[in-house]
Amino acid sequence: MEERRINVVVNGEPKSVDVEPRILLAHFLREVLGLTGTHIGCDTTNCGVCTVLVDGLPMKSCTMFAVMTDGHEVTTVEGLGMPSELHPIQQGFREEHGLQCGFCTPGMMLASKAILDENPNPTEEEVRWGLAGNLCRCTGYQNIVKAVLWAAEKMRSEGGAYVLGGRSRR
Amino acid sequence: MYPSRFHYEAPRTLDEAFEAIQAYGDEAKILAGGMSLIPLIKLRFAAPACIVDINNIPGLDYHEEEGGSLRIGALCRHRTLERSSLLRNNYPVMYATAPLIADPMVRNRGTLVGSICHADPQGDWASVMLSLGGEIIARNAEGRERTIPVSEFVVGPFQNSLQTGEIAVAARVPAAQGTRKGTYLKLERRVGDFATVGVAINLEMSGGTVNRAGIALTGVGSNNIKCTSAEQALAGKSLNSSTIDQAARLAAEASEPKSDVRGSAEYKRHIVYTFVQRGLSSREARAA
Repeated sequence: MEERRINVVVNGEPKSVDVEPRILLAHFLREVLGLTGTHIGCDTTNCGVCTVLVDGLPMKSCTMFAVMTDGHEVTTVEGLGMPSELHPIQQGFREEHGLQCGFCTPGMMLASKAILDENPNPTEEEVRWGLAGNLCRCTGYQNIVKAVLWAAEKMRSEGGAYVLGGRSRR
Repeated sequence: MYPSRFHYEAPRTLDEAFEAIQAYGDEAKILAGGMSLIPLIKLRFAAPACIVDINNIPGLDYHEEEGGSLRIGALCRHRTLERSSLLRNNYPVMYATAPLIADPMVRNRGTLVGSICHADPQGDWASVMLSLGGEIIARNAEGRERTIPVSEFVVGPFQNSLQTGEIAVAARVPAAQGTRKGTYLKLERRVGDFATVGVAINLEMSGGTVNRAGIALTGVGSNNIKCTSAEQALAGKSLNSSTIDQAARLAAEASEPKSDVRGSAEYKRHIVYTFVQRGLSSREARAA
């Protein structure tokens, strides 16, 4: 069986792992690294539940091979913030009740991070367009959008860069 | 879902990529954005023996004008085109299309050239390129480049005219005859869906006169449809209610919609008429 050594930084930690080329990034994160915060929903590139950040941009981890992240940085929901130190986006989802069953939440939060990285002061419409690729089967979009706007305001008022995964301040 | 096993190559240069595909011939597939190829492999509709991932080859992620024409590299993502001031200023039909491709995550990864190579009849970019008179530039291992009009490149559903051993390295849009106006109108059941109907309109104008018109349709045939008679009806004319109505009727006649879950054939043909009329009447098209 063919394997390749990949060097990838996951949530700030360098990893050097042998993987079979056909292993999807979502499976690599969940089954090799044990980062089960990344969920797999439709598995057909539709729902956005498996969204992670690759070099800061949201990507569908069910639609990338893990080998493609060789030399790149991946951020999962575990890297967004820890229970002891939640990222403002995570706080927003709690404050505004931006989740019901919670299955789409990790992907929603990482897509939200990319929205706010590019545009710290988005309109409600811009948030909705930015989340267009993330489906919530509970259809709780109203509060999800509120949560992102809450986080945007919080981040603007604090004016700072946020700790990712409680590790590196950038 | 687990794809079947394949050999994986991640070349750092185009020469290395050609070596890899020569070893495997038709059993090798080029992987750029992967937004169509990877789902196909996961569903096992495709099972290539070798995947040649070109994402590590520098110099393919660009879009730039040279000598009046626009060249778009094989790794230029939809995301880049969506945010391009060059497109906003000079290629209105492309600028209107980019944000309507799939969803933000797919746009972060997928490429225009890859989308055209995939030749999905539901693909938006092929219609846009047909309206612009666009071409694909294919290169072979000897470095010889072949320029293929998109109208000849897409030969059937999911079929392109690349020859074994060739790689599509770029797309090209020829220089305009005048100032470009235009838009892309897309009806979708929900955001991110494939088009129920898509209409690409590209006008190249001097003052109020259309020098060249490009109109192409998505989702209403077994391939993207170039509406030649509607285009000819506008050439050399000015836009008024009579020429607009005539072009819209000819475009609707050129469509070959089928009734399906997205709507009846009659409905889709009506939308083609409405979108061509709306697109030609819009401020974007008429502001000369």
